[in-house]
Amino acid sequence: MAEKVLMKGNEAIAEAAIIAGCRHYFGYPITPQTEIAAYMAKRMPKIGGTFLQAESEIAAINMVYGVSAAGKRVMTSSSSPGISLKSEGISYLAGADLPSVVVNCQRGGPGLGGIQPSQSDYFQATRGGGHGDYHMIVLAPASVQEMAELTIRGFELADEYRMTSMILADGTIGQMMEPVSFDFEIKEAPAKPWATTGTQMKREHNVVNSLYLVPDVLEVKNFERYEKYAQICEKEAVAEEYMLEDAEIVIAAFGIAARVARNAVNAARAEGIKVGLIRPITLWPFPVKTFQKALGTAKQFISVELSMGQMIEDVRLATECRVPVTLCNRAGGMIPSPDQVYEAIKAAAGKAGE
Amino acid sequence: MVVFDKPHALADVPLHYCPGCTHGIVHRLVAEAIDELEIEGRTVGVAPVGCAVMAYDYFTCDMIEAAHGRAPAVATGVKRSDPDNLIVFTYQGDGDLASIGTAETVHAAARNENITVIFINNAIYGMTGGQMAPTSLPGQVTQTSPYGRDVNACGYPVKICEMLSMLEGPEYLERVAVNNVKNVRKAKKAIRKAFQNQIDKKGFSLIEVISACPTNWGMTPSKALKWIDDNMIPYYPLGVYKDRSAGIIPGAKEEA
Repeated sequence: MAEKVLMKGNEAIAEAAIIAGCRHYFGYPITPQTEIAAYMAKRMPKIGGTFLQAESEIAAINMVYGVSAAGKRVMTSSSSPGISLKSEGISYLAGADLPSVVVNCQRGGPGLGGIQPSQSDYFQATRGGGHGDYHMIVLAPASVQEMAELTIRGFELADEYRMTSMILADGTIGQMMEPVSFDFEIKEAPAKPWATTGTQMKREHNVVNSLYLVPDVLEVKNFERYEKYAQICEKEAVAEEYMLEDAEIVIAAFGIAARVARNAVNAARAEGIKVGLIRPITLWPFPVKTFQKALGTAKQFISVELSMGQMIEDVRLATECRVPVTLCNRAGGMIPSPDQVYEAIKAAAGKAGE
Repeated sequence: MVVFDKPHALADVPLHYCPGCTHGIVHRLVAEAIDELEIEGRTVGVAPVGCAVMAYDYFTCDMIEAAHGRAPAVATGVKRSDPDNLIVFTYQGDGDLASIGTAETVHAAARNENITVIFINNAIYGMTGGQMAPTSLPGQVTQTSPYGRDVNACGYPVKICEMLSMLEGPEYLERVAVNNVKNVRKAKKAIRKAFQNQIDKKGFSLIEVISACPTNWGMTPSKALKWIDDNMIPYYPLGVYKDRSAGIIPGAKEEA
C-alpha cells in the first residue's frame, strides 16, 4: 500500500514535477501559488536542480523557453495576472514546438482582481491565451491527488506532442491539504534530437525558432500543428462520468466546482431526481464525446462555474445546442454552495418552489 | 601563404544586411572568437528581434531565436540547463537590449549570469525602418523623431555600459566600435575576452559595439563611419567600464 502524505495542492504539484524529472523551475511570487516556488526553492538545491526567482513572469517563461530548447523538462507557475504576462512566451513556445509545463493557480479577475479562487481564465487557457493559432493541453485537477497525477501527465503529454501543458488549478485546490500518494511509474522522456545542446561538431546545427517570413511556409507549419491538435482531440480527451446512465439533467463542472456539484447531485438523487455529472479533466481537448453520449438521456445541461460562464460555450458546442444549457455560477473569488447547485438542479427538474 | 578564410563558425551563406552595415563585421568577430577558442561544438547562440533576427542562419553553432528583448532570460535558461559544458551568447540590438529588454539585461547582469552578451548600438531601430532608439542621440532625426530627438519630450539616451557598471554583479563591460581597422582589432580582443571569461566561469560579460546603420541614418557607408567618430563616440566613450578580475570596479567604495 502506497504511503500517503498530507500536503497542500501547490506542494503536490511541485513534488510531482520533481518526480517527473523536472530539475528546472523558474517563478515569480504571486498569490495564491507561491507555495510552489517556496517548495522548489527548498528542494531543488538539494537534488542538483535549478530554482531561480526571475525578475518577472516574462523573464521566467523565457527561461523556461531556454531550458526547453536545450531539451530538459522544465516548469513555471503563476496565477492569473502573471499568466497574462507569460502568454507572450507561451505563444513563442507554441511557435517553436517546445514542451513545457505551466501552472495557473487561478484567482479572480480581470485586472488585479482578487486573490480568492476563480475559474475565469478558462477562455485564456483553452483558446491559447497569447497571439496566433495555437493550443495548450489544459488539465484541470479537482483534488490534491490529481494535482500530482496531472502534473506528471502534463510532462508526458508536453514531451510527446512538443507543446505546453497547462495545469489549470484554482486557489482552493492550491491551498487545501489532502492526503496524496506519490507512487507513480514514470515514463522516460523521449529523445529530443532537435534540442540545442551543442553540435559537438558531429551534426548540422539545430535551430529553435518561431519566425517564418515566407507565408506559405508559415501556413504549412500551422496546418501541421493543427493536424497534431486533431490527433490530440481524438486520443487525449478525458472526463469523469458520475451517475450519467439515466441522467436527464447533466451538470458540467471542473476542478473545485465539480466537488461542490457532486454533493448537490447526491442530494438531488436522494430525492429521486435523475441528475448526473460530467467533470472534464482535460479542458483542451474538451471531452466532446462524453457530452454527446450523455445526450442519449439528457434533457438539460447545467454548467457550474467560478466565472461569468466560460466553459458553458464549450458545453453548447459539444451538445450542438440540441438541449438547453443554463449557467449556475459565482464569480470574483466566490464559490457556489452545494445548496445553490441543488436549487439549480431542482429548477431544471421543474420542481422549484415545491 | 596566409589565406584569409571565412571562420568555420560563420555559415557560408549570403547575409541579408544592407551595404555598409557593420553587423557582418561583428558576426565575423564573434565567429573568429568561437573558432579560436574551439568552442563551436558546445556553443548555443540566442538571436534577437531586430536586424540580426536571422543570425540563427549565420552561425554554425546551435541557435535559438528569442522573443524581442528576452534573449538574456532565454540564455539564462540554456546556460542553467548545462552550466559546466555549454557556452551561451546573445546577440542583441539597442531596441532589443536597452528598451524592451531592459529588465532582462539588468537582472542577468545583476545575477552575474555566466553568459556573453554582444550588444549592437547603432542608435536606431533598423529592421522596422529607422525609428528612434533608446540610444538615439539628442537631436538625432529618425522616423519617429522627425524634428530631432527632443530630450524634454523623450528623455536622454540610455548608456548601458555606464549603467550596468554600477551593479555589483557583472564581471566585464566594455564599449568598442567597428568603424576603422584599429577599433575592429580592439573589438575582436574584447569579444574574445567576453567568451574566455565564460569559459573561465567568471560570469556576465557584455560588449557594446558602436555600429553603423547607413541606410537608416541616410548616409553613405563612408559618411556613416565618420559619423561614428564625430557623434557616437563622443557621446558613448569607448573603453573598459568594468573588469572585476583586473580590478576595474567603478563605484567601489574605498576601504576606510
